[in-house]
Amino acid sequence: MTNSFTLTTPSPKPRAPGRGAFFALKRNRSVLPGFGLSLGFSLAWLTLIVLIPLSAIILKTAGMGWDEFLRVGFSDRAIHAYRLSFGTAMAAALVNGFAGLLVAWVLVRYDFPGKRIIGATVDLPFALPTAVAGIALTSLYSVNGWLGQWLEPHGIKVAYTPLGITIALVFIGLPFVVRQVEPVLADLGKDVEEAAATLGAGRAKTFLRVILPAILPALLTGFALAFARGVGEYGSVIFISGNMPGLTEIAPLLIVTQLEEYNYAGATAIATIMMAASFGVLLLINLLQALARRRQA
Amino acid sequence: MSRPLTTTTESRAVRFALILAALAFLALFLVLPLVAVFAEGFKSGLGAWKEAVSSPDAISAIRLTLLVAAISVPVNMVFGVAASWAITKFDFPGKSLLITLIDLPFSVSPVVSGLIFVLLFGAEGVLGPFLQAHDIKIIFAVPGIILATIFITFPFVARELIPLMQEQGKEDEEAAISLGANGWQTFWHVTLPNIRWGLLYGVLLCNARAMGEFGAVSVVSGHLRGETNTMPLHIEILYNEYDFVGAFAVATLLAGLALVTLVAKTLLEWRFDIDRKGAIQ
Repeated sequence: MTNSFTLTTPSPKPRAPGRGAFFALKRNRSVLPGFGLSLGFSLAWLTLIVLIPLSAIILKTAGMGWDEFLRVGFSDRAIHAYRLSFGTAMAAALVNGFAGLLVAWVLVRYDFPGKRIIGATVDLPFALPTAVAGIALTSLYSVNGWLGQWLEPHGIKVAYTPLGITIALVFIGLPFVVRQVEPVLADLGKDVEEAAATLGAGRAKTFLRVILPAILPALLTGFALAFARGVGEYGSVIFISGNMPGLTEIAPLLIVTQLEEYNYAGATAIATIMMAASFGVLLLINLLQALARRRQA
Repeated sequence: MSRPLTTTTESRAVRFALILAALAFLALFLVLPLVAVFAEGFKSGLGAWKEAVSSPDAISAIRLTLLVAAISVPVNMVFGVAASWAITKFDFPGKSLLITLIDLPFSVSPVVSGLIFVLLFGAEGVLGPFLQAHDIKIIFAVPGIILATIFITFPFVARELIPLMQEQGKEDEEAAISLGANGWQTFWHVTLPNIRWGLLYGVLLCNARAMGEFGAVSVVSGHLRGETNTMPLHIEILYNEYDFVGAFAVATLLAGLALVTLVAKTLLEWRFDIDRKGAIQ
């Protein structure tokens, strides 16, 4: 196969230093073959599998008309579903922010027997199918489940309540925080901590003033990823949530319900609003992250 | 106050308390649900378990799940390797945009991932009339399930390989080329041995998700028993019919797959460490 990117003969006429010449120069720096093939294939596959299907949702929304979009996208039932989905995802991401930091800290800083195996369990939510997690959590927290039978007499209802949804989302989101914070914590040099201790700072002060600012961007990223995943999560939630419209009906379930009623416009409007809100939150977190980085620098 | 001046760790008591708290959290939130799956699945004995996983509907669900994974995993593996090669071995404008776009399926709700294929190929969809005219079924049929699964698992291999190949650089490949190897030889004998463990882990994760995907597949499948039910969908049907033993029995198979994935991951990381130490020496 001949490769157009590893030119050996210089072009006869020296080109003006425009964009074209700039690209040609950049490409020619690599002697490796396969740029056109690998990039072309990747772009074609990306377009076919991801971009064209995703554009279907934008097309459908655009063809809907503003009034209809508002009517179906912001019905009382839909607004309640958004509130529940975003609220429980936020609560779960907060829990995971603290718990994830704790787990990452213990895994990076301390040595104890069985550490490698315990580190591996953190990835369990990535590997365990969501439906399996869903039925397992429901059986644990139902009235006569292993945990439910102890909580119920104290008036704590978990299954079929927003609390149950939050617990399912804590399960799903934990690895996002741990896997973000872990490498940053491991790379953090001990010298800054030593300096802080030499200057008389206690451990708590060192943590709050030296360590926490350094890992804050990673912590925020993990938080945002856990949150975004929680908002869209379906499989692990629908078993434990009870799915009562207006009470425990999450937004993704409402999309499915609309689809089952062949209300494609309703499903699309809710999906668009959910995606817009998630991207908005991710953008906000990115901004916060940039701010945190700048303060640190 | 007499504190040793260079303390960079906590007192024994604090360390112990933190380790205990972390372990308790992991045990309660992650390990206990996994234990519950096996406990519930085998509650009525091995006979009931065998019966549940060998019923005709269960067998056809297992078959379909294996078929879906057998198509979507290799396809995404080839894509992942190609995309990582282009991204890590060459400089081109728009690279970070490309990485963002590859990640898109991660940030889309599984339900929405199913919805987009219904909007494209469903009866009311963009291509619906054309497909009906030619009697091609995609939605509520196996092709739709495969497409949705490919979409969901799209980023897995690429996400695993890009950081790894970025770290490794391109000196090895450049040396091979300058010694006269062609592109494929370089890839097979230089790149592939370098990335094999990362690639294997990416494929394992991709496979776990492909076999376990629920939301997206649920939207496009139509839930036809014995025809378009994958294992997670079969579990849902059994559970909703209050056949808890059956549901958890099938669930033990998927939980077993998750355990194998995690064990393999741990072993691969261990290999990684050895390879890295070997490289340093």
